[in-house]
Amino acid sequence: MSDTADRVKKIVVEHLGVEADKVTEDASFIDDLGADSLDIVELVMAFEEEFGVEIPDDAAEKISTVSDAIKYIDENKG
Amino acid sequence: MRRVVVTGLGLVTPLGADVETVWANLLAGKSGAGPITRFDASNQKCQIACEVKPADHPYGFDASRRVDHKIQRQVDPFIVYGIDAAGQALEDAGLVDMDDDLKTRTGCSIGSGIGGLPGIESESIVLHEKGPGRVSPHFVHGRLINLISGQVSIKYGLMGPNHAVVTACSTGAHSIGDAARMIKDGDADVMLAGGAESTINPLGVAGFAQARALNCSYNDRPEQASRPYDKDRDGFVMGEGAGVVVLEEYEHAKARGAKIYAEVVGYGLSGDAYHVTAPHPEGKGAELAMRMALRKAGLEPGDIDYVNAHGTSTMADTIELGAVKRVLGDDLSGASMSSTKSAIGHLLGGAGAVEAIFCILAIRDQIVPPTLNLDNPDEGTEGVDLVPHVAKKRQVRAVLNNSFGFGGTNASLIMKAV
Repeated sequence: MSDTADRVKKIVVEHLGVEADKVTEDASFIDDLGADSLDIVELVMAFEEEFGVEIPDDAAEKISTVSDAIKYIDENKG
Repeated sequence: MRRVVVTGLGLVTPLGADVETVWANLLAGKSGAGPITRFDASNQKCQIACEVKPADHPYGFDASRRVDHKIQRQVDPFIVYGIDAAGQALEDAGLVDMDDDLKTRTGCSIGSGIGGLPGIESESIVLHEKGPGRVSPHFVHGRLINLISGQVSIKYGLMGPNHAVVTACSTGAHSIGDAARMIKDGDADVMLAGGAESTINPLGVAGFAQARALNCSYNDRPEQASRPYDKDRDGFVMGEGAGVVVLEEYEHAKARGAKIYAEVVGYGLSGDAYHVTAPHPEGKGAELAMRMALRKAGLEPGDIDYVNAHGTSTMADTIELGAVKRVLGDDLSGASMSSTKSAIGHLLGGAGAVEAIFCILAIRDQIVPPTLNLDNPDEGTEGVDLVPHVAKKRQVRAVLNNSFGFGGTNASLIMKAV
């Protein structure tokens, strides 16, 4: 598992209060992890803080699974 | 006429996070006061408070028992306390699993005096230091006063009236009184009613200290700081927590064989029309509220056996006592009167509900809780049983619970044995 994936999963567990083994890469935040749209806004903010990336609203809207987040961060972090 | 009874109780206080623990500690004369641990208070005039204790304390509060991890992160502590106390009350009443029909006839009236001040303080620092893009998307609905009622209704599927009183330190009493009326009027058969507060944060403590409301002269003796009716009283000690009761229409409670603690028989409300923080010097508003509650209850002064006073440990204590004397008689017609704020501090918007629960337990156990630290009773207290230092076994048929708030808002509740 990549360093980014590890750190993303840790944030998801902390923010959504879900079991770590449920946070698989293809897990959907809303369908599988019980998040609502505001939870995703909060997660995106946490990713921005953790990785020092800017995730604009139009990109954030396309992040619906754990792997979407990992991929965006890996492609855009400095 | 529809009658309203109490069938469930829930408490989160500085003396414990369940009803029986709090009550046992209160009757044992324990104090919930101590140095502020929630933040570094070394630069504050007031450095003491009655904090709800952490989960690892012998009578601490474990938020994870009834509140989801995600919600704990999103909302201010007053909402967490309120959700937990409401859950306790529903469990106590045997109403956790309701059918869909009853859910539509069950509502919430759980308020707060101030709301999410700690979160407002911390997010305004985030805004200032990191900019608007870092403010939590849960900021607003995690701080709003009506979000205890909102969260509880969502958690348990309660589709009846969803209400939240905001009347400063009268909130808890008004919440119960208003909810009782909703049941009387047929708007609901069951109501969760009460109040919660948690403002032991730098801005909250500083604000009340600057308003000259807090005790700032007992920082080295926190357990002695809250001393209602004592000559050396010098302001209130801030508390935090929540109290929630299940109110239920009497026939409904009887039909399902519910345990009935007491009946809510009287509710009186008034305004002082005098000053934003100081009570009317003659206690006229307090007197009006008590008289209204007695009239509604159809009781005589001699029927009241216990008064749980507002008694915040400020100069206003003797003003309230004067008003109680005018309503009940110079010797209170034999009633005992105590201020449990001497033990748990002032829970502000939670106070009226927590103290109503103490009144209900006084009826159940025929014992009245003490006024701690009453070493040198002030002038004007002669001939009145203020229950100094130790709890007292006595007959308790009907009780009067007073709550007064900033803005000059007054509420009195009368409850009696069924």
